[in-house]
Amino acid sequence: MSENPSLRTPSQRIAWTATIVISTLVFIFLIAPILAIMPLSFSSGSYLTYPLPGLSLRWYDDFINSPRWINSLKNSMIIGVASTLLSMVLGTLAALGLAQWKSRLKPLALAFVLSPVVVPGVITAVGLYFFFAPIGLTGSYLGLILAHTALATPFVVITVGATLQSFDTNLARAAASLGASPLQAFRRVILPLILPGLASGALFAFATSFDEVVIVLFMAGPEQRTLPREMFSGIRENISPTITAAAVVLTTVSVILLATLEGLRRRNERLKGGV
Amino acid sequence: MTSASASASTEVPLKRRLKRAERTRQLKALALVVPLLLFLLFTFAGPIAGMLWRAVDDREVRQVLPQTIAALASWDGRDLPDEKAYAALANDILAARASGTIAIAAKRLNYAMNGFRTILTSTARNLKAAPEAGTAKEALGRINPAWRERTTWTTIKDASGPVTGFYLLSALDLTRNADGAIIAAPPDQAIYRDVFARTFLISLSVTLLCLILGFPVAYLLATLPPGKSNLLMIFVLLPFWTSLLVRTCAWIVLLQSKGIVNDGLHWLGIIDEPLRLIYNRFGVCVAMTHVLLPFMILPLYSSMKAISPAYMRAAASLGAPPLTAFLRIYLPQTLPGIGAGSLLVFILALGYYITPALVGGAADQMISYFIALYTTETANWGLASALGAVLLLATILLALVYGRLVQGQHVTGGMKN
Repeated sequence: MSENPSLRTPSQRIAWTATIVISTLVFIFLIAPILAIMPLSFSSGSYLTYPLPGLSLRWYDDFINSPRWINSLKNSMIIGVASTLLSMVLGTLAALGLAQWKSRLKPLALAFVLSPVVVPGVITAVGLYFFFAPIGLTGSYLGLILAHTALATPFVVITVGATLQSFDTNLARAAASLGASPLQAFRRVILPLILPGLASGALFAFATSFDEVVIVLFMAGPEQRTLPREMFSGIRENISPTITAAAVVLTTVSVILLATLEGLRRRNERLKGGV
Repeated sequence: MTSASASASTEVPLKRRLKRAERTRQLKALALVVPLLLFLLFTFAGPIAGMLWRAVDDREVRQVLPQTIAALASWDGRDLPDEKAYAALANDILAARASGTIAIAAKRLNYAMNGFRTILTSTARNLKAAPEAGTAKEALGRINPAWRERTTWTTIKDASGPVTGFYLLSALDLTRNADGAIIAAPPDQAIYRDVFARTFLISLSVTLLCLILGFPVAYLLATLPPGKSNLLMIFVLLPFWTSLLVRTCAWIVLLQSKGIVNDGLHWLGIIDEPLRLIYNRFGVCVAMTHVLLPFMILPLYSSMKAISPAYMRAAASLGAPPLTAFLRIYLPQTLPGIGAGSLLVFILALGYYITPALVGGAADQMISYFIALYTTETANWGLASALGAVLLLATILLALVYGRLVQGQHVTGGMKN
């Protein structure tokens, strides 16, 4: 309890202890459910409770050998990667433009660009369902990729925009004054400096698409079902341990994304600290 | 000397050239943003505008019964319409039967008046041929006495389009009576105010739970030295990054009647019968709080991080007891963070669909559930869109307040961290 420097009176110490106790309980509340279902996927029995009758990989076997699950994982990857690439192009260009654009309309444009994050998923999904059905984009990969790109791009604009804010524009001017063409200046000077920001944006975009289920629910045909979509029907029908195996797969992807992001952040802080 | 002045006069003044260069720069910047704007117009704004249009679009009846609608245009709605309207209706019904479109009008009119589908289909079935001139009124009345009722005709006239307030009124449990006045909808159709109230109540409960649970955690994270708080931050970020489906699934596994929590409590001897912890309001609130808690903790944390410890030390040195210092000095400075976090959680909670659909009972479904239901199951797209329009309006208003709040914080440095 020596962490808090301003603990002078007993009542302060009690308040601090209470903060620690409550926070610990909240941390348990946040983490325990996620940790609790992981071991169940290694159970040899088919009941989702403890104690486990024994350990086995049969549910992972089930996951890998079921075309339904494996296909959904493949679909999640295809749609996730494609919408990440598309949102990176659109989002990075827009962030570069917004950083230089000075206009009274800029807050409005920014609000518009960020609005897909705020608008409830069902509204976007219903709108897309009506809009894409007549032009044959429901039940297609392209429709889902376009929709997920719309949802993911705001995160790219935010992360890349934040990186550009700390970017010294004099460096681009210096490059230009030394004879670099705009494209050269971008590739040789700007890009390496904003690369960590781009990587974070890509991670956010991928995570957004990878976790999205409402739009998939409305728009995907049986061919395009993603992993969260398959979990949704699985949970509705009956929760088999195969779903916990799928949950472990999804969580592993999340942890990898989070760890990469944290690594990027640390690297960035180190670089900043170095200057 | 003369040559220098001559060249200066032919050159554009520097100021104007700079202005022009700046304008070109701005145009280039705009050109970078335009692709995204166009893309979002196609994949986001356009579809939503289309949905809003469907909330007021009312052309089905007009397309199926064009002559009737034309004949009713001059009808004052006080008595039954004249023979001309009856003849037009008979013609329209015959034509619609031939083209198979009668069900389109029947579906729309049935929304406005229960049983209208039967009136229309039975008339279509029994009307053998166009009635002779002057006998249409009598012939239709004989097939179905409903055609002798004024309300049958006002229903058609109300649905004559091309736009209507019918769906939007329905979404607010309102309707129009035969005289066009807005009245309360019949009780069996008046469910949406309840649903909106429920959506609001669940969102508010979840927001308060998040605030109560999130405040101490944010305070702890903001007060601890960075090394430790970064480590503990993982407890907040890992759930934040874990799939919504995984977390919802986890709560079902934990809380179901043969789940871990009930088993644990039984094993400890606390309960004999399993408690009903899920597929009810409790389960919905617990699971939604779990999902949304990070959205509360993160803004609270950044607003607390920005509060200099010097303020609290100053308060203490001026003789304020710790509680007073906390309430008068610390808490007011966290208010923007509390506001931003609460609004964010509330806005996100309002539109929730997946979690209540999976862990809620029938009485815990929020507005999004009904929007989805009317879109995919019953295909009452007008009502789905009208409910969506109300939800969207609420979201936009709250988002505008949120924008103001966050912007204000930016000025005071609250979001610097």
